[in-house]
Amino acid sequence: MGNDAQAGYLEYQGKYKGIAGWLLSTDHKRIGLLYLYAIIVFFFVAAFLGLLMRIELIAPGKTIMEPQTYNGLFTIHGIIMIFVIVIPGLAAVFGNFFLPILIGARDVAFPKLNLFSWYLYITGAVLGVMSQFMGSGPPDTGWTFYVPYSVESATSVIWALTAAFILGFSSILTGLNFIVTIHRMRAPGMKWMRMPLFPWALYATAWIQVLATPIVGITLLMVIAERVLNIGFFDPALGGDPVLFQHLFWIYSHPAVYIMILPAMGVVTEIFPTFSQKPVFGYGAIVVSSLAIAFVGYFVWGHHMFTSGMSYYARWFFSFLTFIVAVPSAIKVFNWISTMYGGSIDLKPPLLYAISFIFLFMIGGFTGLVLGALATNVQTHDTAFVVAHFHYIIFGGMGFAFFAGMHYWYPKMFGKMYNYRVANIAWVFNFVGFNLLYFPHFIIGIQGMPRRSYDYLPQFHTGHFISTIGAFILIAGLLLMLYNFIRAGRRGEKAPANPWHGVTLEWKIPSPPPHENFDEIPEITSRPYFFGSKEKANQ
Amino acid sequence: MKDEKKHISTYRSLVTVLVILLALTTISVLITGIHLGPVTVAVALVIASIKVAIVITQFMHLRFENLFLKLAVSGVFTLFALVILITFIDYFFR
Amino acid sequence: MTVHQTHTEHIDSETGKLGMWIFLFTELFLFGGLFLVYAIFRAKYSPEFHHAAEELNAFIGTINTVFLLVSSMTVAGALTAMQKGDRRMTLLLLSVTILLAGLFMVNKYFEWSHKFEYGIWPGSPVLKNMPHGELLFFGLYYMMTGLHALHVLVGMVLLSINVVKVRAGSVSSEHYLMLENSALYWHLVDLIWIFLFPLLYLIT
Repeated sequence: MGNDAQAGYLEYQGKYKGIAGWLLSTDHKRIGLLYLYAIIVFFFVAAFLGLLMRIELIAPGKTIMEPQTYNGLFTIHGIIMIFVIVIPGLAAVFGNFFLPILIGARDVAFPKLNLFSWYLYITGAVLGVMSQFMGSGPPDTGWTFYVPYSVESATSVIWALTAAFILGFSSILTGLNFIVTIHRMRAPGMKWMRMPLFPWALYATAWIQVLATPIVGITLLMVIAERVLNIGFFDPALGGDPVLFQHLFWIYSHPAVYIMILPAMGVVTEIFPTFSQKPVFGYGAIVVSSLAIAFVGYFVWGHHMFTSGMSYYARWFFSFLTFIVAVPSAIKVFNWISTMYGGSIDLKPPLLYAISFIFLFMIGGFTGLVLGALATNVQTHDTAFVVAHFHYIIFGGMGFAFFAGMHYWYPKMFGKMYNYRVANIAWVFNFVGFNLLYFPHFIIGIQGMPRRSYDYLPQFHTGHFISTIGAFILIAGLLLMLYNFIRAGRRGEKAPANPWHGVTLEWKIPSPPPHENFDEIPEITSRPYFFGSKEKANQ
Repeated sequence: MKDEKKHISTYRSLVTVLVILLALTTISVLITGIHLGPVTVAVALVIASIKVAIVITQFMHLRFENLFLKLAVSGVFTLFALVILITFIDYFFR
Repeated sequence: MTVHQTHTEHIDSETGKLGMWIFLFTELFLFGGLFLVYAIFRAKYSPEFHHAAEELNAFIGTINTVFLLVSSMTVAGALTAMQKGDRRMTLLLLSVTILLAGLFMVNKYFEWSHKFEYGIWPGSPVLKNMPHGELLFFGLYYMMTGLHALHVLVGMVLLSINVVKVRAGSVSSEHYLMLENSALYWHLVDLIWIFLFPLLYLIT
């Protein structure tokens, strides 16, 4: 299976040498790594900002900063985490790296456009950071930019709006690239229903990226028009409606959460069969439920607006649809568990993270139903309960799936094995820290602790204190995990082509992959996740 | 990488399509001269939709493209219509 | 047969075309947000929208519609000419398309400056004294026709690039994906206007 004819993609010297060979590369694998390194940096910046928030909140009253600073922190923390980390995250890193390989292609459909997407991404991310230092102070509107405050605030809102717009454009182009790649570049014999499930997840995601993102694009432009031109769409004094902004904003931003979670589900769907040495249970159901989530997810946006003054029928409609969209997710959980049932379980770090993904995602999902029911929403909207809900879903879900994917694909990407013991210890810190950090928010939220609030009543002190302890434990775990990967890159054992006995195409090529992925484009003759005999899988 | 047989529109068909589009434009302009209230608006929009459909299927060759693309285009317009409709569930019933 | 994607100069034309169609979908949704705002405020301020629309010159609007419809035909004709290998006709029709687009922009310039003369622009004192519905109508008018005009300019640039490439031979009867995609983009510009025209000019 090894080939000496092609250089590995890490060493390959093409038209450009050295660092230019990376910054001007149209190789999807290198672009995936460019995204990875950027995301790691920005993630730790935003996580550190979150840590600062937690330090401030460890006790009531001022701890280390003024209220205005706090407002700026939760705004930029949200902007970076949402637009720079979680929305692009899995698709840009693992999608770019593995989509072509998983479908038996040499690259994506539009490699130059792919590189352009990365430059747009970096531009948007840098603009977002610059909003902190330029003009009249860091934006303090929250990442949701609600009017009227986003129009009135004297801070550098336009910088942040422009950053988000550019990041959105990057997301659109990546989605476009992936749709065309999946339609046109599958290997001979790879019919749609022979495609592995991570590409299917990316496909569903890409349609959302393409069809939902433009709406937030134009909405952000409208806010700029309000600030600069007084255009009036959202200003009641001029006949406009601030709730209209909320509609437009969430018409994108709700589907956006499916952009975040669908690839995550795709990643763990690859991990479960490999570490159970068993085909995925219900391949067809997972395909349909992925597409269903993408589709139905378009029609639930109003559940962010139950207390904003919408009509009774609108509230009823959105609540009903919100419960419906939970069904396909539940189907997936059932499929994952059934995949493991009766399998030959190997609890390596990827599976450990994938299983904790299910646990954390389900807590997030169930609490989403609490928020999705009209009556309980009144109690929980805009409280710490919401903060806990979305961190469980986004961080516990997409975040842990990202960690799972890193542990799964690291040997393939870098050709080195990391240390299992350190990985498991880091997992303990991550899991314990995460739950200590966020679970108390459910409790104090129901008890009345508002979100985005610099100060609080003494009765919430205990919850906040525990939460801040959790934050430190989590950061330690994250840093340990990162250290493990960096050390593996330097001194890790050489990784075999197939350390986990996986059966999808990426495990049939060397670790790290050669420049053009395959010597010869494979011809696909069987369904995916065919584990056959143990002997065959151990090649 | 050679393409399959490509459909080439004749100049004649293109001119015919244009004539139809111009006729429809004339009709919609004349109709708005007649005051039929909300019906006038509805007619103007229906005519615009027909013009759009003609441009997409004829000038943009969608008629000769594969089924997937046809479904995708219909899907996109449908999705957009649904979003507007759902937003109106709020505004209409306030 | 292996596909050396990383070394191709020309992307497979079905692939490239699919990419452009998907990009057009994003453009539809971009304008779609504005159409949504229009729909909401139109429903809320029906009489004021009617009244404000009377300020617009339906004649110029109609002329502009004709310009764009004809330009759609000429760009489609340019594609036909290229497919037949008729370089001269391609260049002629492309130039006519660009000319018509230019005339559209000239009209737009006169329309807008005429409004400015009357003190009608977003945030102007005149606008502030108007009924809300009329103020919002003009806000939508400027933003929608402004965004559209931007796309007309981009289209003109794209078509001009095609003229250069056809002359240089890099767009030819064998390789005309760029022309085909630019034509698709141009038709989208026409499509948006076909909807804008009645909504802004014909609702009096």
